Amino acid sequence: MAISVTSVGVLAQGVPNPWFSTLYLQQGRSELLIALEQHVVITVIAVAAGVVLALPLALLARRSALAETLVVGAAGVVYTVPSLALFALLVPFTAYTATTAVIALALYTLVILVRNAVTGLRQVPAEVVEAAKGMGLGAGQRLLRVELPLALPSIVAGIRVATVSTISLLTVAAYVGTGGFGQLIDQGFRADYRAKIVTACLACVLLALIADALLVLLQRLLTPWTRAVR
Amino acid sequence: MPTDLLGWLTFDDPMSGVRARLIEHLQYTAGGVLLACLVGLPLGLLLGHLGRGGTLAINISNVGRAVPTLGVVVLFAVSPLGTSLFALSLALGLFALPPVLTNAYVGMREVDREAVEAARGMGMTPGQLFRKVEFPLAFPLVAAGVRSAVLQVIATAVLAAAVGGGGLGRFLIEGLGSQDYPQLQAGALLVAGLAFSVELVLGLLQRLLDPGGRAGRTTRRTPPVGQEPVSATA
Repeated sequence: MAISVTSVGVLAQGVPNPWFSTLYLQQGRSELLIALEQHVVITVIAVAAGVVLALPLALLARRSALAETLVVGAAGVVYTVPSLALFALLVPFTAYTATTAVIALALYTLVILVRNAVTGLRQVPAEVVEAAKGMGLGAGQRLLRVELPLALPSIVAGIRVATVSTISLLTVAAYVGTGGFGQLIDQGFRADYRAKIVTACLACVLLALIADALLVLLQRLLTPWTRAVR
Repeated sequence: MPTDLLGWLTFDDPMSGVRARLIEHLQYTAGGVLLACLVGLPLGLLLGHLGRGGTLAINISNVGRAVPTLGVVVLFAVSPLGTSLFALSLALGLFALPPVLTNAYVGMREVDREAVEAARGMGMTPGQLFRKVEFPLAFPLVAAGVRSAVLQVIATAVLAAAVGGGGLGRFLIEGLGSQDYPQLQAGALLVAGLAFSVELVLGLLQRLLDPGGRAGRTTRRTPPVGQEPVSATA
């Protein structure tokens, strides 16, 4: 049966509307690749911004119980705001741009990144820190060469959760014009083109799983000693 | 602009229909949470009680995180299920399931083994053990899971409007579509306000309902990294 599909995916009347079609994989190849690129770039920038913000916040939070309550509490408050609402609140300032998505998604990552960084830093054995002091390392050196490396497994675990969540949440940002797989899902919905929706969803899940696996790999490379211990 | 915003937020303004949208939103939320609890609570508590299926419970929550909420809502909408209250509740319930299930499981597993052994030694039946020891001790985490689920559903229910459904998301989707900033901001404030109020009420409710009481509760242990009870934002 001949299926007439335009590049945006409008199906002719009475034509079967399969959940998956290789035809879309061929015809939608370029738009899928563009969406993939947008999705990856925004995710990487948002998570990287989240990490850059989270580390100083974690260092601040571990100084006192009050600081921790304030930092973790503030991150939690932001996290409670549903994503589309947070995007909407930012739109009057940052318009329909990727910046809107990056700011909102970076803020969301803080709740998990800060908590995991604080947990990781706290798990560093006091003897190790004392030994580092005894060797004459200053506070900065201790942090960079002893504490952060030892906290890395916990920090990376946080980055994994943050990355996977960000990839999923970013689909919603399609409504503020950031593109990505969310835009294909929305286009597929408007055109009632099921194969496009399913493909975009699967691509999104696949991207999340691959990103997660890459981060596990990265952690193994960065912390070879954790393998030796186990 | 402030007056426009105020107009939008006025509950009795017949044009904005805020009240009707709020009711729709609460219906979606109640439906989704109810479905998730009906499946997730018995399953999570049972698996936790038996000490089995831990990988299942944890994996469901990990995979659940990777699935885009928008995708599932849209898939339901283009399926024969459509955008009825039940269909949307089912879609939302899928996202409420992981926190409910995982927390119920982890909560039960985190119950002090010595307390369980002591109860067994006292001759408690499995049913008594569950009712008098395990569930009260697991309650804080179980309740936290339900709270996360509620917040998750409130957030995801916003997307119902993206597929032609109702709820407070309408103001956001319509506002974004027409670049109507007052409507957009009002919608965002309503959605965020709803999430905060519900979180506050549920927090109070949890304290009131906690069978373990606030005094004498076992110290809360931090769950293992990467397996922490999931919280919610969609």
